[in-house]
Amino acid sequence: MEEVRLMKGNEAIAHAAIRYGCDGYFGYPITPQSEVLETLAELKPWETTGMVVLQAESELAAINMVLGGAATGKAVMTSSSSPGVSLKQEGISYLAASELPALIVNVMRGGPGLGTIQPSQGDYFQATKGGGHGDYHLIVLSPATVQEMTDFVGLGFDLAFKYRTPAMILADGVVGQMMEKVVLPEQRPRRTDEEVRRQCPWAACGRGGRDHRNVVTSLELDSAKMEVNNHRFQETYRRIEENEVRYQEYFTDDAEYLIVAFGSVARICLKAIEDARAAGIKIGLLRPITLWPFPSRRIAELAPRMRGILTVELNAGQMVEDVRLAAPGVDVFHFGRMGGMVPNPVEVLDALKQHFTELQ
Amino acid sequence: MKEEIVIAGFGGQGVLSMGKILAYAGLMDNLEVTWMPSYGPEQRGGTANVTVILSDAPISSPVLDSYDTAVVLNQQSLDKFESKVKPGGTLIYDPSGIHRLPARTDITVVPVDAMTAAIELKNSKTYNMVLLGALLAKRPVVDIDAVVRGLRKTLPERHHHLIPLNEEALRKGMTLVG
Repeated sequence: MEEVRLMKGNEAIAHAAIRYGCDGYFGYPITPQSEVLETLAELKPWETTGMVVLQAESELAAINMVLGGAATGKAVMTSSSSPGVSLKQEGISYLAASELPALIVNVMRGGPGLGTIQPSQGDYFQATKGGGHGDYHLIVLSPATVQEMTDFVGLGFDLAFKYRTPAMILADGVVGQMMEKVVLPEQRPRRTDEEVRRQCPWAACGRGGRDHRNVVTSLELDSAKMEVNNHRFQETYRRIEENEVRYQEYFTDDAEYLIVAFGSVARICLKAIEDARAAGIKIGLLRPITLWPFPSRRIAELAPRMRGILTVELNAGQMVEDVRLAAPGVDVFHFGRMGGMVPNPVEVLDALKQHFTELQ
Repeated sequence: MKEEIVIAGFGGQGVLSMGKILAYAGLMDNLEVTWMPSYGPEQRGGTANVTVILSDAPISSPVLDSYDTAVVLNQQSLDKFESKVKPGGTLIYDPSGIHRLPARTDITVVPVDAMTAAIELKNSKTYNMVLLGALLAKRPVVDIDAVVRGLRKTLPERHHHLIPLNEEALRKGMTLVG
């Protein structure tokens, strides 16, 4: 049995990457996620597993190093925070169009612009609706605990390789900076070149005995062929939507009201709900774990039983649009704080009562 | 058991470390713990605070609006957190530099002159451990042994010679409160 440790979410990401057998991390420091790179530098995995850890000269360089590493079938990743992730968008679009697996971590901070360094969920649209140019999606995982920061590294890589598409851990400054108990996964060996060659027959890792040359590119100047590529990407996205929706529910069995919230905010809401239930108000919580694919179907099932739905987000109202699409005919309201401000459980309860006056 | 604690003061007073040591002690006692720092652009002389929750059940929100116990080490922190202590809760403060004393009568208010005690120990860096001792005397949520085991586990080997001094500071802090 692995020992229980206490660490920050950002530190957990670094430990989990090494334990997964990640081949390379390329990053550039930015608060509130700099501990990812710092912890990797401290753990020196290049001396043990052989994992490469490189501080690039910029976010653009880092994401393009990820693109290069991923093209050779290696398990590679980068991490940053909101302004840095904006810089990476071109490379992320290229990764998606080149059908390459990779893991991108965004520990969101208050925006827009350079904004603040405090927690935010202002990049929901960017992460779930594309972000870069063109028709693509990322698999977007939303951790609420330090344990999930750990577990989603492995899950993110596994899904990225399964579907040959980049995955993103969309965390916020709270889960990045807070410490709590965590159990790390067992150390896995990095894949050998032989294993990469077998598991990634598309990888540009030398022709070897193959009868053809693998070419990894996002460029296809023949529109008809590019449309065929697009149909293939979309088919992948439909398979992901069919198979990979993840969410967690609390108290939904007898709920008359539903809160939908993700990441650390879901925990703040859970405390508000515990307090509300003590006062006899029947509220449930749905926490999307995959923000894309979104648990629309489950929300559609729950919605008709609800007198109303409230989304709580660290933004001006982004996920609320997806909830409204999933719950036509039901009142869906949004409560948010912005710019790095984080609501406490009492504020959440007040917002609920403000929108649903019968609860006052 | 569930104890919701906030520790607040100037950057450089050991606020975040004190919270961390308390969290590690909770880990040693097999409690659930969260440690949530204010991680703004803090610097020495600026303000810093940390929320530590210790519980024998899973912890939902790491962010709170009221606390069982507040440890405040300067006037700004006292002004900010005095009203956020739950009725019946505990407020521990360092009276040096305080010009407006706590006014609440529905909570236990405990002044701890930790700097004088730290100076008596001939190491001003033991300041936060004196306060932690005082906190644990009033709110025995973890025992001193767990704190010492936590220190042994988390401090690098080269600092282990400081553990006896820290333990002494903890015990001294415990004697400062009634």
